Amino acid sequence: MSASLNPAAPAAFPICENPAEQFLRSDRMPSIWCPGCGIGTTVNCFARALIKTGIDPKKVVIVSGIGCTGRVAGYMHLDSFHTTHGRAIPFATGLKLANPGLTVVVYSGDGDLASIGGNHLIHAARRNIDLKVVCVNNLTYSMTGGQAAATTPRDAITATSPYGAYEPPLNLPHLVAAAGASYVSRWTTYHVVQTMKAMERMLTRRGFSFLEVISPCPTLFQRRNRLGDGLDTMKSYKELGATRHNANLADLDMTMGGEIVIGNFVERDRPDYLEAMQAHLRAQLQEQYVDPYEHAEAESALELGELSCG
Amino acid sequence: MQADPRAVLTGVHFLNGDQACCEGALAAGARFAAGYPITPSTEIVERFSKRIPLVGGVFIQMEDELAASIAIQGAAWAGKKVFTVTSGPGFSLMMEHIGFAAMTETPCVFVNVQRGGPSTGLPTLPAQGDMMQARFGSHGDYPCIALSPDSPQECFRLMIRAMNLAEEFRTPVFLMMDEVVGHMTERVEIPAAESIEVTPRRLTEKAPEDYLPYETETSKIGGSLTPEMAIAGEGYKFHVTGLTHDERGYPSMTPETQHKLIHRLFAKIDTAKDRIIELEEDHTEEAEVVVISYGITMRVAERAIQMARTEGIATGKLRLITVWPLAEERIRELAGRVKAFVVPELNMGQVVLEVERVTGGRTRVIRVPHAGGTVHKPEQILEAIRRGAMTVQGAGA
Amino acid sequence: MEIRIAGFGGQGVILATQILGRAAAIHDGLHATMTQSFGPEARGGACSAQLIVSDEPVLYPYVTRADVLVAMSQEACTKFSPEVKPGGILIVEQDLVRMQQPPDGVSVFCLPATRMAEELGKRVVQNIVMLGFATAITGVVGEEALENAVLSAVPGHLADLNRKALAAGLEAGRTCLRNPSSGMETGAIPGLAAGVASARAPA
Repeated sequence: MSASLNPAAPAAFPICENPAEQFLRSDRMPSIWCPGCGIGTTVNCFARALIKTGIDPKKVVIVSGIGCTGRVAGYMHLDSFHTTHGRAIPFATGLKLANPGLTVVVYSGDGDLASIGGNHLIHAARRNIDLKVVCVNNLTYSMTGGQAAATTPRDAITATSPYGAYEPPLNLPHLVAAAGASYVSRWTTYHVVQTMKAMERMLTRRGFSFLEVISPCPTLFQRRNRLGDGLDTMKSYKELGATRHNANLADLDMTMGGEIVIGNFVERDRPDYLEAMQAHLRAQLQEQYVDPYEHAEAESALELGELSCG
Repeated sequence: MQADPRAVLTGVHFLNGDQACCEGALAAGARFAAGYPITPSTEIVERFSKRIPLVGGVFIQMEDELAASIAIQGAAWAGKKVFTVTSGPGFSLMMEHIGFAAMTETPCVFVNVQRGGPSTGLPTLPAQGDMMQARFGSHGDYPCIALSPDSPQECFRLMIRAMNLAEEFRTPVFLMMDEVVGHMTERVEIPAAESIEVTPRRLTEKAPEDYLPYETETSKIGGSLTPEMAIAGEGYKFHVTGLTHDERGYPSMTPETQHKLIHRLFAKIDTAKDRIIELEEDHTEEAEVVVISYGITMRVAERAIQMARTEGIATGKLRLITVWPLAEERIRELAGRVKAFVVPELNMGQVVLEVERVTGGRTRVIRVPHAGGTVHKPEQILEAIRRGAMTVQGAGA
Repeated sequence: MEIRIAGFGGQGVILATQILGRAAAIHDGLHATMTQSFGPEARGGACSAQLIVSDEPVLYPYVTRADVLVAMSQEACTKFSPEVKPGGILIVEQDLVRMQQPPDGVSVFCLPATRMAEELGKRVVQNIVMLGFATAITGVVGEEALENAVLSAVPGHLADLNRKALAAGLEAGRTCLRNPSSGMETGAIPGLAAGVASARAPA
């Protein structure tokens, strides 16, 4: 994906590489995502956040589940895993526990993370395991044709709620914060700088971090609910987005046409899973304890040290 | 490669099958396990959770079997040797990730200490009702390696073998125990670490730019059909997906890619069948009736065989230590010679279906089904042997 | 020899059987297979373990006709005494089991193991007292093998207590053999000397 359309022609402008490109599998482009879809926007933010942190891309692993956002892993030029539906988090848990030197990012959609994988989401937050979870929430099941999701606001028309949804939707920041997440944030695909910054923060801190990015599905959700195209949605995100850092988490419900509360809601220090495990076993077993990360630990500590300014 | 002496409990012990299985895993180099409690398998990970901090590794109790069966695969891709354990209801939940492991060629071992089913069934009592589930339980077509131990000593040995086979063929391997073997306590001799052969991970030595994650020596005669593995964090930037994928690991939704991939997955096991299949035979050459079974049922059957021999019936024993892939060729050879096969199982007839298929009507196959909850009475099996011996040869099934 | 040890949860039934199995399999070089029945209740429920000891490999893992039953509760005795074979041995905790009619042809030996353990200082070692008693009577394993197995199964600070418990049980068993009516309710004791050598596969 070179910026130059015709390499033979004399360059009228300096040729600029898209800085995100180094993190993309260009040989897999174009992506499957529709025009106006917000997932690509979040990927752009993610790539830029990676650059900003200066993190060694060799040590960044991305894990997705199934769905449109589940395809993100496949487009990232990183060690990448496209797992089963809902199970990106437990897969990532295994990766992280086997090698804490890895920065493990879970990148998936609302259906995958919060519905079929909801239990894993809760338990990963409870354990405060050091995963960076990006949940692109388009309020529907897109890949399967736009059915109602656990996140679909009331009255929204979907393929399986043709008369409008009547189930109350999940409030994801509230859920993961209650379960114990140490970082919780929500933005929309209109808020690209904030999204990027939130990703940057997640990449450089320890503990279970969760970012929800509200994102349009123009092909299904927006169309069925007469919300216009991608651009119209950006306008609505601009108008409806209400930045309230540290907002009362119970007030974050998504509604049709209502305010979208965005911001950084939770940032707290809790011992993460690995710290708790190592400290506890070492205290109990003393010199009998064989640290599984004897060699790996020094390496990862070094990296975190370098990054702590992020 | 030899076992790490720090993890090998060399000596003579009085262990149950579950405990012996755990020691086998440790000896084989398992340094990560995830589990979810379920009778009668839990003692395996209870012991692992106690032993592993002293050896250098991690155990995590996950929120359910879906999580346990995929967490181990994440750890495998970060370089660990891994396993999980369960029983019937948990095995059902793990099915999706058995398919994922087969498709992504992730080395891992699933231990199933079988109990009575279906559903919650008999949590503390034995059965062998998951044999076909092990073979065919996950959706789609994939090959299967399943081993069945008949004693705690063999739980130790076969767990090592299962871990080794998983590494060699990059495939999920099943250790199909049962409640009796899991909870039965016997003498278990654990040899010195240097006498335990351990298969190392098939890691690639190629540079990242030359590496294709699913490239194999398909075109080379005698070449390996198992790809070399890279592990996360080393700069290979590889992609792994449960979707049908090409040699680059990229999704490719074409019948051609599917054909090539699935045929290779089968061929990698099929072409190595002779090495994978392990049998125990006794007096099969001169037998008129051969009892074919596996696990605890073969031990019970052996008593019936002894009784039959004292009655003058030439009875042989064919124990399937490797149940899957089935020892088709050996069964076919014997089918031409013996009057009957007697196949007792702690299920309503599962592996016997395959024996019947392989036999193709050339010899009589007598099922000795059992709903589970306890083992057969030797007399039930003896009765079947007697019927087998009375078969008029050539009359077929 | 097919042995069943049964009682209620918390009496150390499983541990006692394990120790006996370990004595046979590790210290006496015999084949021994132990199985146990589990109920859903962790304490107080019926609890039973089975041990097959033989000089040949054990095939069938369960008791079919018991050569020896050690019953530490009334329920265990009622439930399992019918499976004791003629010529077999029934050993009961005499304070916890009341027997109307001993099974035909079965030798019965009784011991107040719990009371003896309490006198030694800790009720929990009643299973070890019982184990010593049963071993002296049946000869299923050697006394040295049994002591080694006991000591490898109990924590170091309890070694002395367990050694005493074992000695008390063994002594009671020996006394009982020398003088069948020494304060115990006993039935006929046919061929007990032969019992020492009868550790082989049940027919």
